[in-house]
Amino acid sequence: MSLLDVESVDVRYGDFQALFEVSLSIAEGQALALVGANGAGKTTLLRTIAGAATPAAGRIRLRGADITTAPPHRRIRAGIALVPEGRRLFPSLTAEENIKVGAAAATGDGWPLARVYEVFPLIARCRHRRAGLLSGGEQQAVAIARALASGPRLLLLDEVSLGLAPAIVDGLYDTLAELRAAGTTLVVVEQDLDRALAACDEVVCLLSGRVALRSGAAAADRSDLVAAYFGQGPA
Amino acid sequence: MAGVVRWSRTASVSTVASGVLVLALAAVPYLAARAEQSLVDLFCFVALASLWNLLAGFAGLTSFGQQAYLGAGAYALYLFAAAGVDPFLGIVLAAVTSALLSLPVSVLVLRLTAGYFAVATWVVAEVLHLVATVSPRVGGNTGVSLPGVAGYPAVLRQALVYWWALGLMVVCVAGLGLLMRSRFGLDARAVHADPVAAAGAGVAVARVRRVAYLLAALGTGAVGALLFAHNLYVQPGTIFGAQYSVYMMFMVVIGGLGTVEGPVLGALIFFGLQQTLSGHGAWYLVLLGAVAIAVTLFAPRGLWGSLAARYGLALLPLGYRVTPGDPDQLAAARSGWGRTGRRTAG
Amino acid sequence: MNWLNAALQGILLGGEYALVACGLSLTFGVMRLVNIAHGDFAVCGAYLALLLSTALHVPAWYTLPLLLPVAFAAGVALQVLVLARALRGGVLAPVLVTFGLSVVIENLLLVGASANTRSLDGGALSVASIPVTSQITLSWLRIAGLLTALAVLGGLQLLLSHTGWGRAVRATSDDLDTARLVGVRVRPVFASVAGIAVATAALAGVFLGLISGFDPQAGGITLVFAFEAVVIGGLGSLWGTLAGGVALGMTQQLVGQWNAQYAVLGVHLLFLLVLAVRPQGLFASAQVTV
Repeated sequence: MSLLDVESVDVRYGDFQALFEVSLSIAEGQALALVGANGAGKTTLLRTIAGAATPAAGRIRLRGADITTAPPHRRIRAGIALVPEGRRLFPSLTAEENIKVGAAAATGDGWPLARVYEVFPLIARCRHRRAGLLSGGEQQAVAIARALASGPRLLLLDEVSLGLAPAIVDGLYDTLAELRAAGTTLVVVEQDLDRALAACDEVVCLLSGRVALRSGAAAADRSDLVAAYFGQGPA
Repeated sequence: MAGVVRWSRTASVSTVASGVLVLALAAVPYLAARAEQSLVDLFCFVALASLWNLLAGFAGLTSFGQQAYLGAGAYALYLFAAAGVDPFLGIVLAAVTSALLSLPVSVLVLRLTAGYFAVATWVVAEVLHLVATVSPRVGGNTGVSLPGVAGYPAVLRQALVYWWALGLMVVCVAGLGLLMRSRFGLDARAVHADPVAAAGAGVAVARVRRVAYLLAALGTGAVGALLFAHNLYVQPGTIFGAQYSVYMMFMVVIGGLGTVEGPVLGALIFFGLQQTLSGHGAWYLVLLGAVAIAVTLFAPRGLWGSLAARYGLALLPLGYRVTPGDPDQLAAARSGWGRTGRRTAG
Repeated sequence: MNWLNAALQGILLGGEYALVACGLSLTFGVMRLVNIAHGDFAVCGAYLALLLSTALHVPAWYTLPLLLPVAFAAGVALQVLVLARALRGGVLAPVLVTFGLSVVIENLLLVGASANTRSLDGGALSVASIPVTSQITLSWLRIAGLLTALAVLGGLQLLLSHTGWGRAVRATSDDLDTARLVGVRVRPVFASVAGIAVATAALAGVFLGLISGFDPQAGGITLVFAFEAVVIGGLGSLWGTLAGGVALGMTQQLVGQWNAQYAVLGVHLLFLLVLAVRPQGLFASAQVTV
């Protein structure tokens, strides 16, 4: 059984439709790369899976259970966690407090703080500093840690490399690889195609709110991918 | 031929009907002079409601301090009349004074929005109230009576007050309508709906708000001066009273925020309620408040707004309607658009 | 020496203002809502205390253990039944609804309790005082008011800084959308904040009733003073609200010392001055961004 099934989901913001009949499945332990141009609907899809938006049509199932209308806190208890685009830390809370907020929604399986600091020594050093005063790399680490604190089986990451130096992004992806090895399922939205394909098993490309291409990462034809990304027909 | 229309037959009919009504009302001093007193109050309510609607319904500014300008207009009239200016000409000058006063005030209060703006405007009204109370020049707490009316026989004076009130009401309602049909009105509604998006689209948000605030002060000042001329007496406790804001809010919310017809309807309802229920004192205000809450929560468009939305009514259309022209032309145009737009469920 | 007395009285008065204002400050910080009826809730607290203390034949203090939970529950009910819906209705709706609520409450009180000014009986404490010098006398009641304000503000600050609930509240006021996304239960946060706001308002109302008189329409000026204290002190900081309250109280007493008629006007002018010169308030919390 797959971990997550998104079935023919439509999502609207008022009069504007962002997703059209989007379907995908993710098996347990997989890493899926979600790519596409700006405005294609990647963030909307992740937010819908996390519970911030309710689909106008379609279903979302987690291990078979229908979670389409479940609010975010119930999805977190069920094992989904989102690292939002742009980090979105709570600026007046310290790094540690941000992580504690993320942990609060979980039911027992969360990561204890000690484990967080072990995996992210970067955070351990700045844990008592206010989140608004941290550097980009530190903030990204805290944002990921905040999501991990709830002990998710499915981790959704929205553009974690944005605005960060390559060396720092390397470090983040190393951590993601460790998480994969430990059994966490990942959905990664990433602008950098090479990194996305290297880190993940499968890739899904969105274009104007629809699935334009789905393929194994290794087998992905580069030109097909570019065509799907920019909206030209297959080569 | 497809086109964009801004008028309709309903609008033409209602404009003519309104014109006839205004003429009929103008004849009241000759035909039914006893109705003058109450009608002046009604006209003032309609004017105040329209002005409050300009602020809240169109520019998105909930002011709980418009009574500041009621008082400013009244006391300005006093000062002008005491200096020898004809009281009726003084109404115009008082209105202008009120608008000038609102300029520095707007610099302060427009830094805030929503609830904070509301209370800040209330504070400004309270400041003016207190200033009037401690100023012996304008009679302090006891108030003053209107000088310079001795030259008018009572019947003439009452008729003049009546016509001024009628005129003021027409100017406020029609003026609001014309303003809202103009470019400024479009900008104002954009600012109300989403100031950030409006700014992004090039609307000068701060300027729109300031102009709306000034115009409202101008009109409210005129009403204040008129009330003074009507009652011949003004006291700070009454003219600066917060109950005016209660009335304004009630009329506009019940009638319909953001429509020109709504406040008129709301004022009529309010006036009717006041005539029938004011003997019941505080209960009547409890009812007012409760109805306003219920309407805001469950029928936010107000009475007129809900009717208009349901039946597509617009006595004074503010928007733009696209009319389909030739069906073949329309089909040809549509096929070129590609698949877009809404999808039905399922 | 009169000036020193005025200043000291002002500080004590400031404590009371801060007590009324802290609920308003919290509500705005977390829910971005200005509750126009906040002052009226304080006045309701005074009337309820009057009712209970008359019925039970006890000084007003003894009514607090019953009064505060009732006020808290009223705040929760208000949030769940009315304000939650109003918040969904856009920016104007909460202002209009709370204003309507204010009108309803004031006039219900007028009907139920008449327009006469009342006051609460605090027993011996009401009249006890400490003579500090020949010209300065500090009333125990006012000192109690200040100490209560400090205790409440301090307690709230501790809860906000050191508990899970506090973190949830601060996260919600930083970023509602993200808070919801990371699993913060926003509805209970709002409900508890509303409950605390009404409970602290009722407590402040009891002190108001003990120290001076109250009538059904005292809610308006109470709200205005609370609001001014919050704005002067700066949004986002409870201690800022205390400072704002003290600034208010001292201005009122000092100006009143010079000319009693101008006392309230002086307060309003101070507010307008702060708005003109430093709109973010004197002690605004530092803005940090992510």
